[in-house]
Amino acid sequence: MTPRAIFPNKFLPYLLLAPQLAITAIFFYWPASQALYQSMLREDPFGLSTQFVGLANFRHVLNDPNYLHSFQVTIVFSVATALLAMVPALFLAVMADKVVRGRGIYRTLLIWPYAIAPAIAGMLWLFLFNPSIGSIAVMLRSLGVYWDPLLNGPQAVILVVAAAAWKQISYNFLFFVAGLQAIPKSLVEAAAIDGAGETKRFWTIIFPLLAPTTFFLLVINTVYAFFDTFGIIHAVTGGGPGKATETLVYKVYNDGFVNLLLGESAAQSVILMVIVVALTAVQFRYVERRVHYG
Amino acid sequence: MKTSGISIGLAAALTLMSSTSSFAVTEISWWHAMSGANNEVVNTLSKEFNESQSEYKVVPVFKGTYPETLNAGIAAFRAKQAPDIIQVFDVGTGVMMAAEGAIKPVAEILSEGGVTFDKSQYLPGIVAYYSKPDGTMLSFPYNSSSPILYYNKDIFEKAGLDVDNPPKTWPEVWEAAKKIKTSGAAPCGYTSTWLTWIHLENFAAWNNLSYGTKENGLAGLDVELEINAPLFVKHFQEIADLTKDGVFRYGGRTSEAKQIFLAGECGILTESSGGLGDIVKSGMNYGIGQLPYEPEAEGAPQNTIPGGASLWVFGGKSDEKYKGIAAFFNFLSSPEIQARLHQVSGYLPVTLKAYEETKASGFYEKNPGRETPITQMMGKAPTENSRGVRLVNLPQVRDIENEELEKMMDGQQTAQQALDNAVTRGNAAIKQAIGQ
Repeated sequence: MTPRAIFPNKFLPYLLLAPQLAITAIFFYWPASQALYQSMLREDPFGLSTQFVGLANFRHVLNDPNYLHSFQVTIVFSVATALLAMVPALFLAVMADKVVRGRGIYRTLLIWPYAIAPAIAGMLWLFLFNPSIGSIAVMLRSLGVYWDPLLNGPQAVILVVAAAAWKQISYNFLFFVAGLQAIPKSLVEAAAIDGAGETKRFWTIIFPLLAPTTFFLLVINTVYAFFDTFGIIHAVTGGGPGKATETLVYKVYNDGFVNLLLGESAAQSVILMVIVVALTAVQFRYVERRVHYG
Repeated sequence: MKTSGISIGLAAALTLMSSTSSFAVTEISWWHAMSGANNEVVNTLSKEFNESQSEYKVVPVFKGTYPETLNAGIAAFRAKQAPDIIQVFDVGTGVMMAAEGAIKPVAEILSEGGVTFDKSQYLPGIVAYYSKPDGTMLSFPYNSSSPILYYNKDIFEKAGLDVDNPPKTWPEVWEAAKKIKTSGAAPCGYTSTWLTWIHLENFAAWNNLSYGTKENGLAGLDVELEINAPLFVKHFQEIADLTKDGVFRYGGRTSEAKQIFLAGECGILTESSGGLGDIVKSGMNYGIGQLPYEPEAEGAPQNTIPGGASLWVFGGKSDEKYKGIAAFFNFLSSPEIQARLHQVSGYLPVTLKAYEETKASGFYEKNPGRETPITQMMGKAPTENSRGVRLVNLPQVRDIENEELEKMMDGQQTAQQALDNAVTRGNAAIKQAIGQ
């Protein structure tokens, strides 16, 4: 048991908490309450006439086939991004764990892409895959693939998923490496002495023991794909072609800032807030319970 | 105690400094969306105005793309921090007009500022677009443009096309484009920026077809779109078919296609006359033609409608500022400035005098094709169909149109289906926007 901190002064604890509380209040509670309030209004862009409409915005949003479509897009996008970001990361982590010489250099290089801003990552991929000038697009075309993400929806989705996942691989790699280090070497060695091959050892010992890390990363990656990929989508496709890459977050932006439907956009962000709260709750309750510490 | 003393002193010093500076000159903030070569023009103009007198100082601030600038202005207004002047693109005109309490009509500012404002001195097509139905000019037309046809003369020559006679009608464009592709002169024949502006809004006006009811929205808010009429369908089915064959190449929703043309990938481009600067800069051997029309349309070619942007002034500012703004707008509409703007940027002159001066200087003889965007817009008295398009949510309607057209070009639907969907979805969005 860790000893309990004792504060003789009654105000000191509150004072120490104050900065954090202020940040939470200003950057979360205030905007969140504004969003809640605005989601029940119908307003012109300049806020000159305001009308209270209750839950009409929510009703409209949930009955909008485009909203449901963008829900589907988001789910496909998130699952694909999470998978594509985690599988290579796990592979790289297992491989990097085996390297004896220059381990630090390998790790540093693999972590590097995480430092790149989403919009820049998007631009890099856009440049490589630009149908007219992109070097990879030229290679694809010479292979006989008709590459045109400007009009072909699935190709556009592939492009944003690849860009989003590529950036996240480093983050996942870092956690998998840490997870691997926590696995007792003696277990792996014992299995090796008993004649288990490399693949067998991975699937029967390493992978199950990594499960908590994997689950944690699954939640984190889903949240990332849901909310942090706006920059990439904005830079690469702008939600198009058609509505092929319009995720929920992108739709909030588009309806609010391009179409100037502030009430509906606010209603959508409130729905997103509910989703985040649910995801976070799952993460805390489920993951915390299942983690094996040592 | 000590620190608070210092901070009070600092605050006092700052107040003093700011009040002395505002005593000397009245600052006028101008938020704009001009990048690249056009950004330099904005800075030069402000500098010249500031040096021409000592009472006012115009401070231009670049705020990103057109939609970003409009949003920044709206957000600033809601936070009671609105700039003095804001540049709003053509499609945002309906949004600004609906916000009557937020803005101050430019006509009022000019007459209150003691500047003689004679409306007949301005190009009628442009002024009408930025005026209320009763004729009050609401915003100052800063950069107006009109879509024209650009072609690459080297590619035309390789394809065996007439270098001095660009195609005049859409069927001629399709033929020329096919020839460019099949002869191998370039990988693609034709591309276009801004499909919604050029192939829907201007296609309607130029061919004297209705874009929507209520005179395209100039006579009322509850507009119903009519862009699924047979000639629109025919036009877009051609584009869909040519896309499939690779004769037409889609570049994106705004001006991305210009890069395809500049890279020499396509031989023909339809683009805003304001895009001229970049094409000149590239050193390409280019030619200019008027916007092609549809020969089956009765009365075509009619006239094109202005694109570009205008300057709006927010309400609730001091009289001193309004006086300065009036002086600045007066400066901007002087013939020398207008003539230079027009000749350097490819945007249209706003006043008749500037147009005539440019004409008299022999500029158009030396630069063939540069008069095209003006004659296109001024050639005929506008009809109900060709005064402009005004919807409170035109940006949103354009988005809907773009989405449906992209699905069409990808082969997921025919032109008829795409335009029918655009009309249904567009009408629903308009109804929602006007609160019905």
